[in-house]
Amino acid sequence: MADTPQLVMDERVKQISPMRRALIRPELGGIVGTVAVFIFFGLFAFDSGMFNSQGIMNWSVVSAQFMIIAVGACLLMIAGEFDLSVGSMIGFAGMMIAIFGVTLGWPMWIAILVTFALCVSIGALNGFIVVRTGLPSFIVTLAFLFILRGFTIFLPQTIERKTIIGGIREAAEGDWLANLFGGTIGKGFFTWMGEAGMIATFERGTREGQPVVDGIPMLIVWALGLVLVGHVLLTRTRFGNWIFAAGGDAEAARNSGVPVNRVKITMFMFTAFCATVFAACQVMEFGSAGADRGLLKEFEAIIAVVIGGALLTGGYGSVIGAALGALIFGVVQQGLFFAGVESSLFRVFLGVILLFAVILNTYIRRIITGER
Amino acid sequence: MSDPLIQMKNIEKHFGSVIALAGVSVDIHAGECHCLLGDNGAGKSTFIKTLSGVHKPTKGEILFEGRDMHFADPRDAIAAGIATVHQHLAMIPLMSVSRNFFMGNEPVRKVGPFSFFDHDLANRTTMTEMEKMGIVLRGPDQAVGTLSGGERQTVAIARAVHFGARVLILDEPTSALGVRQTANVLATIDKVRKQGVAVVFITHNVRHAMAVGDRFTVLNRGRTYGTAKRGEITPEELQDMMAGGQELATLEGSLGTTV
Repeated sequence: MADTPQLVMDERVKQISPMRRALIRPELGGIVGTVAVFIFFGLFAFDSGMFNSQGIMNWSVVSAQFMIIAVGACLLMIAGEFDLSVGSMIGFAGMMIAIFGVTLGWPMWIAILVTFALCVSIGALNGFIVVRTGLPSFIVTLAFLFILRGFTIFLPQTIERKTIIGGIREAAEGDWLANLFGGTIGKGFFTWMGEAGMIATFERGTREGQPVVDGIPMLIVWALGLVLVGHVLLTRTRFGNWIFAAGGDAEAARNSGVPVNRVKITMFMFTAFCATVFAACQVMEFGSAGADRGLLKEFEAIIAVVIGGALLTGGYGSVIGAALGALIFGVVQQGLFFAGVESSLFRVFLGVILLFAVILNTYIRRIITGER
Repeated sequence: MSDPLIQMKNIEKHFGSVIALAGVSVDIHAGECHCLLGDNGAGKSTFIKTLSGVHKPTKGEILFEGRDMHFADPRDAIAAGIATVHQHLAMIPLMSVSRNFFMGNEPVRKVGPFSFFDHDLANRTTMTEMEKMGIVLRGPDQAVGTLSGGERQTVAIARAVHFGARVLILDEPTSALGVRQTANVLATIDKVRKQGVAVVFITHNVRHAMAVGDRFTVLNRGRTYGTAKRGEITPEELQDMMAGGQELATLEGSLGTTV
């Protein structure tokens, strides 16, 4: 700062090295991990097709899926709470879109909007119960994990005598809102790239000459959009400061006039919103809703967030970090497949990296707060 | 002396059958440090909560600038300029000094329909305010967790004053601090007093009170026993009043020294 006079430095305030300063940035683990993962697969799976247009699209889509739910889980975790009902919410939201749009035959955009309203309300209910009872969100959302999954199986069985409802793509044909979740953008650009020989094109069949990858799925657009909005909200707004405060020390935040309950409930609603976006993209892609969709997604979201540097205890973390965590997650999961490694080893990798991330985060917290 | 900012007249506060305050009369002036001394259980906490709008007195009246004071809740009190710095602070260790300083009062900058946290303004203000209080920060993004207990008290006090506190209630700000840090907090109290803020310094440490206090009121068993000016009373007399005299004298006799 130019206008402040030169301060006499306290001899007890040690200047910290740039390295230590970099270490307390929450994204650091995510950045290092991302670089490491790309180097690793660049070395061991470069020829496997992982880095041609189809391969890139493959792991990008998987990563984007993780990203969408990680953004919600990240902000909620920084606000000091968990949501274990994310996975069940994905299944439930998908099933609701199918029941409203196919079974009841509503126009798809109404089905989607009603589902969003319903799921965000359930998120609000989650938050309301947590805030009102003071119970750990772990327990409250665990209850909703079972409640929502139960309905997701019960409803289609009762109505249609099966657990999968199909025909969504047909019902969504030409629907403006459905295209926001199921469509692709940049078709012209990809066609151009195909013609220019930069990406692979079909060599036979009815689509001969068309690019293999014909656009960026809306799923990826949603993922990047949510990451951007989440990051700006957290770091650049007043509400973002409240999210940090609510998770750092709810009582201290209340003493300073932060509406902690409102912040927490809003974050539960946002997490539910993200889960519903995930579900809407998924049912549009598959054309069907299944009762087992979204299984274990809550844990995958939490792991991505933790890899991204957030503390499980709240009050610290980064959306960019969580997005990188999701990217690592997606690249490794698909990369092992490309590299021909037995897929069950992915779980081993996941457990190991989770453990490392948590240990690293705890260490970093000690540095920030000056404990030794 | 000018008219008192706050006058408390014969305040009583009962919780069911327990009489927490049995008649407290204090007047607080702008620009003075009024020490309220009391041993554990004397009713200090109830006193603070009554003054800061958490409790309503059962009997007696409180005048704020000569008018009857009725606060529905602590927010009203804060809005009127009565700020409390709690023993356990409203500071979040993982957040930066600047984010803590403006917590709940974030400055915003409008860009089109959106408003953003004005980090530049927040950082600049934090650095100047900290400098005024004599705290050297590595930067406004330094986490509060790296500050010492005394520095955290000072940040909390600076924050309250910056956001317009006219009466500052300090709840045992020095009780958990070392000698050097205590001296820093006492120096901060002195600075704030000179800016015209009325400081209510609650403590059970007579020496800390004597170091900065302008006037002293002793609270014992829920009652006040008059207010003494600086120089009118000795530390020993204050100590005696706080502890109820007789028992302490016996104790000191057996220890062979004064406490």
